[in-house]
Order: sequence, then C-alpha cells, then structure tokens
Amino acid sequence: MDDTILEMRGITKTFPGVTALEDVTLAVRRGEIHAICGENGAGKSTLMKVLSGVHPSGSYDGEILFDGKPMQFRGIRDSEANGIVIIHQELALVPYLSIAENIFLGNERRGRSGLIDWNFANAEAAKLLASVGLHENPVTPVIQLGVGKQQLVEIAKALSKKVRLLILDEPTAALNDIDSAHLLDLLRALKEQGITCIMISHKLNEITAIADSTTVIRDGRAVETLDMRSDEVTQQRIIRGMVGRDLDSFYPDRESSPGEEVLRIEDWTVRHPVQDRRVVEGVGLSVRAGEVVGIAGLMGAGRTELAMSVFGRSYGRDISGRLFVRGREVQARTVAEAIDNGIAYVTEDRKRYGLNLIDDVRRNVSAAALDRLSKLGWVNGNEEIKVAEASRREMNIRTTSVMAVVGKLSGGNQQKVVLSKWLFTDPDVLILDEPTRGIDVGAKFEIYTIINRLVAAGKAVIVISSELPELLGMCDRIYTLAAGRITGEMPVAEATQESLMELMTKDKELVG
Amino acid sequence: MTSIKTPSTERPTPPDSTPAAALHSGTSDLRALVLNNLRQSGIYVALVVIVGLFAILTDGVLLSPGNITNIVLQYSYILVLAIGMVILIIGGHIDLSVGSVVALTGAVSAVLVIQQGYPWWVGVLAALAVGVAVGAWHGFWVAYAGIPAFIVTLAGMLLFRGLTLRVLDNISLSPFPSEYQQVAAGFLNGLLGGNGFDAFTLLIGAVAVAGYAVSGFRTRVARIRYQQPVESFPLFVARVVVVGAVIMYFAWQLAHARGLPIVLIILAVLVLIYGLLTRRTVFGRQVYAIGGNLSAAALSGVKVRTVNFWMFVNMGFLAAVAGVIYSSRSNGAQPAAGNMFELDAIAAAFIGGAAVTGGVGTVVGAMVGGLIMAVMSNGMQLMGIDQSTQSVVKGLVLLVAVAFDVYNKRRAGTAR
Repeated sequence: MDDTILEMRGITKTFPGVTALEDVTLAVRRGEIHAICGENGAGKSTLMKVLSGVHPSGSYDGEILFDGKPMQFRGIRDSEANGIVIIHQELALVPYLSIAENIFLGNERRGRSGLIDWNFANAEAAKLLASVGLHENPVTPVIQLGVGKQQLVEIAKALSKKVRLLILDEPTAALNDIDSAHLLDLLRALKEQGITCIMISHKLNEITAIADSTTVIRDGRAVETLDMRSDEVTQQRIIRGMVGRDLDSFYPDRESSPGEEVLRIEDWTVRHPVQDRRVVEGVGLSVRAGEVVGIAGLMGAGRTELAMSVFGRSYGRDISGRLFVRGREVQARTVAEAIDNGIAYVTEDRKRYGLNLIDDVRRNVSAAALDRLSKLGWVNGNEEIKVAEASRREMNIRTTSVMAVVGKLSGGNQQKVVLSKWLFTDPDVLILDEPTRGIDVGAKFEIYTIINRLVAAGKAVIVISSELPELLGMCDRIYTLAAGRITGEMPVAEATQESLMELMTKDKELVG
Repeated sequence: MTSIKTPSTERPTPPDSTPAAALHSGTSDLRALVLNNLRQSGIYVALVVIVGLFAILTDGVLLSPGNITNIVLQYSYILVLAIGMVILIIGGHIDLSVGSVVALTGAVSAVLVIQQGYPWWVGVLAALAVGVAVGAWHGFWVAYAGIPAFIVTLAGMLLFRGLTLRVLDNISLSPFPSEYQQVAAGFLNGLLGGNGFDAFTLLIGAVAVAGYAVSGFRTRVARIRYQQPVESFPLFVARVVVVGAVIMYFAWQLAHARGLPIVLIILAVLVLIYGLLTRRTVFGRQVYAIGGNLSAAALSGVKVRTVNFWMFVNMGFLAAVAGVIYSSRSNGAQPAAGNMFELDAIAAAFIGGAAVTGGVGTVVGAMVGGLIMAVMSNGMQLMGIDQSTQSVVKGLVLLVAVAFDVYNKRRAGTAR
C-alpha cells in the first residue's frame, strides 16, 4: 500500500547568483518517516522552505501535490492550514512565555467574550504534553526547560495544529543521547498514529535506525531515494550518496606519541553565576603535548562550564582550584590572560560566541591576536591579509575572498574560520567544544584532519563532544563528567560507548 | 555545497612588488565595484543628487562662495558630534546627552572667560576637561555598572541640562573676547597674499589632493603586493581626479569668500584622526568587534569594559569640542544651547550607513550623512521654506535612508 501523501515535482529554486535546487523530485508515502540527508548547503533546508511556504508559490518552479491535489502555499499559514508543520533547527519558542502560551501562540482559542480562555488552553496543553511524554506544568515558562524538553514543546505545538505532515530540521542536533533516543521513540509513536514525518538529519545512525526511506540531496539535486525497509542500507551507503564517494574511514589515522604535560587543573570548582549551586566540583585533569583528550558528559554535566571557567574565568563565580601550564601555576583571570598563557577555547556555538558574522573572514581570523599584527596600537592591515590568506589555504576555507562576510559561509567553513582565529593566537592547548556540531560529513573529516595536524605539531587538544563515536575515534584518553564531577578516566583502547555511558550517568541522582 | 567560484579578479603571478604593477592590474567592472559598496556609494550618490537639486532650486546660491563657507560654519559642531556618535553606534551604544553636554561645556567656558576674566585658552581647556569628566561618568555607568547607554545618557541629558542652568544661573552670557570667537568665526586668509582669492587656501586644497592621491596609490601598491583585488588603474585615476576636482572646487570657492575657516581645519584634522583610529588601530577594531558580536569579542580577549569606557570618554571630549565651537559661534552661552543636537548627530550617523544593531558604520559615512542634513537644511532655508516643512522633510529623509539600508542588508544577506 504505497499511498503517496506528498509529491514535489521538478522543484527548481534560484537565488541571485546561485541555483539552490535543480529539478528536485520527492515522493513521501503516507505514514512513513522519510529522512533527507546531504551535506551542508546541499539544499535540504531550502527544499523544506519551499514545501512549507516560507519561499512562497511563484518564487520557484515546479509543483507540489499534497494528497494528490496541487498546492500553492503563499506562506507558512497556508501550509499549516493543510496540516504541514515545520520545526526549525533553531527552536522558535518565546523564552518568557509559558508552555501553553507558546503552544497556542498565533493560534489562540478565544472564548465567547473574545478573550483567550486560559483554563481551556492550559488543559488542552496538558493533554498535548502528555501525548509527547513531557511531564511539565503547562504554565511553566519555556526558559526553564532544557533544549530536549523545548523540542517536545515544539512537537506538542505542531500536534495542536492538527499536523499530518511533520517536518523536523535537525531535531537532535542539540540533544544529548538520552533526549535523542526519547525523541526518536516519540517519532515512532507519532507514526503509529498516522502522522507522516520528514526528518532532515546529519546523524546517520539515527536515520538507519528510524527512517523508512531516505532521500539524498547533493548540490541541489535529489540524487537517490533509498528504501530503508527492503535494502540493507548502511551508513557507508548513505555517505557515498551524500559525498559522491566512499569515505574509507570517518576518522583519519594518527600516530600517537604524547610528550610533556601542557595543561593541568587540580580541584577545580565553579559555582553557577546566579544560582546557589556548584556546576563543576573538584575536577582534576591534565593533557600532554601531542595528545587528544576527550571529555564525555551528558548535557548539563558541566562540560562547557568547565572549559569556559578555565578559559579566563569566562563562566561562573567563586572559581577555586589550581591551573598549571607547562608545570607552572598560572592565574588566568581574564580571557586575555588565558590567551597569553597559550590557552584557546573554540566555542560550541560559533554563531553566538565565536564569530562576528557581519564582518569579513580577515578580521575574524585576526580578532583574538590583533596584538601580533600591531605596533603601538596600529594594525598592519597588509600583514593581516597575508595571515588570513595563509589560513584560507591551510584550512581550505572555501570563500571567494578573505574579504567575504563570514555570515555567508557554510557551517563547516565558519568552523574553519573560528579554528584559524584560535590557531593564530599560537596556543599550546586548544579546547574544542563540540567542534563538528552542525557541519556536514565532508567538513567533519577535514576538521578531524586539522586536529591531527595540530597534534602532530605538538599541540595539546581537549575535545568536548556529545558524539561518543567521535571521542572514541579521535582521542587518546577520555574523561567522563557527570553532574560536575569527573567520574572516570580511561585510555581510548579500553573505552566503549557502553562503558562511557555508564560512567556519564553515574552518581547523577546523588548530586543532581 | 555550492560550487566554489574562482576569483573573478585577475591576479598578478608571480606576485609583483614593483609600483609598476599598480599600473596594469585590477578590475574595471564598475558595476561590481558599485554594487559591492552599495551602502557606501549610495550615500555619496545621494549627497551629489541633493547638492545638485538644491543648487538648481536656489539658482546656484547654494554653491556660492559665501554660502559654502556658511554651511561649514553652521554645521561644523554637528559633524564633530557625529564623529563621536558614529563610534558609539558602531559599538552598539547611543548618546542622548550630547546636546546638554555642548551646553554645559560652553557654559563653563563662558563663566570662566566672560565672568571671571580668564584668558580664552583657560576656557577651552576647562570645557574639554568637563567634557572628558562627563564622558567618564557615562562610561562608568555603562561599562562598569552595566546600565544600558540609552538610560544612562537619557539621565545625563536631564542631569547636564540642569547643571547648565545651575552654572549659568539661568541667564545668558556674552560676549566672548575676540580670540575666543576666532575658533568658529576665524579664517586663515592672506597668509600668502592673493588677488581677490586666498592662495593659502588653494595651497592647502592642493596638499590635501596630493595626500589623497599618494596614500591611495600606496594602498593600491600594497594591496597588489598582497594579491588582493583592486580597481583598474584608469578607474583609480578617475577616482582621484573626481575627488581632487571636488576638493579644489571647494577650496576655490572658499578662497573667493573669506578664506580657510579655522573650524574647517579643526574638523578636517578630527576626521583624519578618527578615520584612521577606527580603521587602522586595535581600539577601532575592538569597537567594531564589540558592536558586531559582544560575546564573541569578549571571548576573543577584548577588554570590553575598557573599550566601552573610552568610547564614552571620547564622546564627552568631542561634545566639549563641539561645545567650544558652538559657544564661540554664538558668541556666548545660553541655557538652551545645543537643544536637539543629539538627534542631528544620531541622524547623521544613521544616514551615513551605521546600523541600528551595531558593528557597522564609518566616520566618513557619518560626515556625508551630516552633510546631507546640512545641505538640505541650508537649501530649504535659502528657499524660504518654513521650519515645519524642513522638519518633515528631514524626518522622511532619515526614515528613507535607514529603510534603504535595511532593504539593502536583507538583499545582500549581511554586509558591512
């Protein structure tokens, strides 16, 4: 019973200067989970924007058939009226409004007086929350929820709109493993209820676990649609479609020969900036030259907080503990002092904390080490260009010019700009926080290669990652962090995903 | 992944470091150059159109030697304020108090020089010191206490207006001694003699043109050496010729009137210094970085508080310079001096391409924005249009300028 709910035929969408989609055809069966994957910039999001009316009818060529009827959506309201709801990668909830207010935002049920009937709304919201397995009071402000729960609120909101085709753009990108698993279970449950789902994802293990079919998009074209039920489709098979080649290995090989200790922290304790609790407690760790050390922890374990507090105390208050760089105790009280001591921190959120998106590649690369390019406060603009050009070559940053605005680059290239910026500070130790989040498979491989090159050059690297295979593939040694405490340390040869996960969830309820 | 475009500009290979290379490389694609700099070139075009329009509407009176001199004298203090304002706006702040600070610094100067009989330079130094102190006050609250600049300077607007009334005891003071009046009303004239025109003014104009050409050429040579795209040599020459012609025309007109206004020299020096400060110094870069993305700047080791503090100190200093010029021009101090100056300065910055969200803007842009306002006001005054219509027109121009900017930004994604 291959009943097609959605058909997109010959979709072509051009922006000034670029063809984002070219003659894309997509067919989605009723009641299936249909995955769409492809490298960043392949056109996945554009295709979904065409489908949901963000790019209105008339701004593209081709036709959309929903339930066999041709559709012309002029905006997102049109598509939602037909039961097509999109949940974007960046969640679109209003932080200070309650769960119920968010669910019915723009869709408020008015009582007889014309005012909103909040009792009805809250009761209705509670039912919706129950159906997505979220046990929270509907009057709770959304800001008090974690990202995983916010994602569930978004889905509840979609359900309130009588969704028939749910589109999820990278739903698990910001979620930890447990929340991701929960979300995938929910999608299966929705499928049981007859809701069709389109899911854009970079996480191939999730796709192979949950999708009924997978459409691969490359360079604006739909390359192939794989039937996940009949074929034995592997991750390698999908990757081949995405990049047009086989990646022999996700993680490039590396000779490991750690040298002397570069960074060590002892008894490191950090308090939350406003709440009265310890976010990091009594942490000790060390990293040696030419070594990659991983920090594994669930969301909320204090990984980023630990890294940022070490990096010039840029997070938290009442920080205590000792910090040693090359065996010498240092006080890095400001970011500038941390940089001077050879510490670099590459943030997990490059758009918010890593880049000046409205400025060009050149000035972003030099931003953290302008003093290396200046004399008596005057910047040598020509040297700056030279440095930026060198970074562009070495990092393979794909841009027309170093004068190009960073905000226009793809995620992977933006990440290379951030890395370039920190390498230009000539650090001894790099702390990489989720270095491959939200970037495509090809760029991930490039980032891994860059990390290996740094380590070969004698730098010490700390990698924080939510993806355990990444830690297992890249690191020499892995620490596990749970509720702000180190719960384990092991060489990578002894570590497995299971053993790490066990340590990552250890003692959580005791401290929580 | 969109395809990788090959750079459209030709590159000399191997890299040629001789100045001769500057003669035969670069792009002549005028359309691309204009489009790439639409935001900047847009306001130059607007200025030319507005000058042309009012020159016709006023039968050429707008461009008469006497009137050009007048525009310079009349709007110099707004332009000085606009320099400080655009730097604050780039950094993501605003200053609503500058009108009051102009009044206060002028009042302090007037009290010392007119009432107490101190020499003129004591008044000037005291005014500058008061301006710096006011700036430090604002800087403290914004940078170290973390209060938004809008609130701090709104409070400052009331506070320093009140102090002005207190200092002046609610009366106007005048006149200043003649040396003090020279600041805004003085001219350098006849230093090299002249026959109906001032040769010295022409000489300064010629020096400015030469400086522009030489520095432009040096930048060009350096860019080529670092293999960066440049405009083609004929285009470069055309640019220098056009700018040179405008400067020399301007100098010629001034030379036929009263010579080189002292206030124009002050303004030119400030524009030069602050133009370099914003583009070429670490401080300037950090201002852009803070305005573009505060968190990223802080995590890159920028001392955000220090930079914010000095931005406000600088604004206070420039407000005091404007205060001295204004008190000199009006030959005294009045309790209501400088009213609404902040709005003119803010408008100049925004018309000149600064972004409301920070991180974008240039000193030269703010000057052009200020000149657009100045020429419009002056032109409408010459035509005898009443105050109410003038205000309506200026308001609409501000709105259209920012709307154009927003439209432009949306079209281009993001751009400086």
